Amino acid sequence: MSLPSKNWRLRNQRYRLVGEICEKCGTPIFPPRDVCPECEAPAQTPYVFSGRGEVYSYSTVYHPPAGFEKYAPYTVALVRLEEGPMVTAQLTDVAPEEVHIGMPVEMVTRQLQEEGEEGVIAYGYKFRPRMG
Amino acid sequence: MRDVAIIGIGQTKVGEHWEKSLRHLALEALQAAMRDAEVDRVDALYVGNMLSGELTGQEHLGALVADFAGLRGVEAVKVEAACGSGAAALRLGTVAVAGGLADLVLVVGVEKMTDATGPEATAALAMAADADHEVAHGLTFVALNALLMRRYMYEYGYKKEDFAPFTVNAHANGMNNPYAMFHMKVTPEAYAKARMIADPINLLDSSPVADGAAAVVLAPADWVRGSGKPVIRIAASAVATDAVALHDRRDPLVLEGAALSAHRAYQQARIGPEDVDLFELHDAFSIMAALSLEAAGFARRGEGVRLALDGEITLQGRIPIATMGGLKARGHPVGATGVYQVVEVVQQLRGEAGANQVPDARVGMAQNIGGSGATVITHILIRET
Repeated sequence: MSLPSKNWRLRNQRYRLVGEICEKCGTPIFPPRDVCPECEAPAQTPYVFSGRGEVYSYSTVYHPPAGFEKYAPYTVALVRLEEGPMVTAQLTDVAPEEVHIGMPVEMVTRQLQEEGEEGVIAYGYKFRPRMG
Repeated sequence: MRDVAIIGIGQTKVGEHWEKSLRHLALEALQAAMRDAEVDRVDALYVGNMLSGELTGQEHLGALVADFAGLRGVEAVKVEAACGSGAAALRLGTVAVAGGLADLVLVVGVEKMTDATGPEATAALAMAADADHEVAHGLTFVALNALLMRRYMYEYGYKKEDFAPFTVNAHANGMNNPYAMFHMKVTPEAYAKARMIADPINLLDSSPVADGAAAVVLAPADWVRGSGKPVIRIAASAVATDAVALHDRRDPLVLEGAALSAHRAYQQARIGPEDVDLFELHDAFSIMAALSLEAAGFARRGEGVRLALDGEITLQGRIPIATMGGLKARGHPVGATGVYQVVEVVQQLRGEAGANQVPDARVGMAQNIGGSGATVITHILIRET
């Protein structure tokens, strides 16, 4: 069990997909990393992503790590956000066999993991098939 | 800089060693290497290990292993670079000898994984990935590789069964390696029927969790030249890095770290991929073998699987890989793997690989990968005549 500080520190990116934008070359950055991966300039200007993207690749986890047993099987994906960056997340509200590469998805906030009965419940982004 | 030679090798059998602790495994391998090198002292000890703290509750392995091996007082540290820890330790040992800071250096890679349950080991291995942005979302190492494999199949039009030759080859070669974990032939039919772990990766795409230790002794090459013993020179030792998280890579299907590491190694050794007689690559998963072949220049983009389908990765092929079973059949005690790979290359170059001998092997390459491609360490060994 750990203190809640880590989840708290990540709240803006986890709950609202707040990344950064490079003022020098205009690259949107997610997850935030404070240095532009394209031009190496400092990049700490907040930038809110739309949450829309499409599935780049996906897999269903049948053998979960410790702490995720009760969620298995679950489907994970690399999602290409429409602003450019890729993000790793779980897919939700969809059966594994319905997922395909290129599927349009949108971000929702869901429970990521519960650290035991008295532990922290971590919330964060997942992606579901895009509505309409 | 001085030329560096490998003058001794040692290894334990890879497997589930219920009766042996981490320190016993390390001792067995390093004593074998010191006997092989005919030395009874060293100037420094580098211990490659990834998970001792997490899985056995023991850190501080430099001093621990030195003391346990009767080398109390010697300079000793642990080196960690995820699954690349073994080769990272060898890299530091090579730097020490090449730079003249030490003459005799012992490098041991060791991992004790079977004291933990399967889910504990899976969670521990995932520490090589990005904790906040991959692992927090339930990703395992298998899942990360599954994402790569699915996309690879999609972009290049391969079917799942096209990956079978990697597994079939590794297990065929493991049959003749007494140190391998598995002595079990695998057919393409068995591969097609194997249990799914993280779709599309099945059990036979994946290297096993295991215990093991391997060791080498390094010395200035001039010490052994003219001695009548084969001189196995470390012609290249190169490390490169890439983003830890898959989603942060420019193109996840290109292992840029592996390409950079191989490129640096070829430059150091003044050779190209066409000069390499065998390649011990990091086949933790079938997809990693395909991507590694492409990154190191043995196949064009998208054609690593084609190379395997054409039979070019077998002992008789253009570029034999996993010649003693690879991570798949020899086993993958993570922090030890990089040293096992190099020990096997030495066996090949000395002509001691038995039924798996690559004829006239003179140039061997080993590439050890940490994480899903973030730390990549390439060594090229050349046998001097």
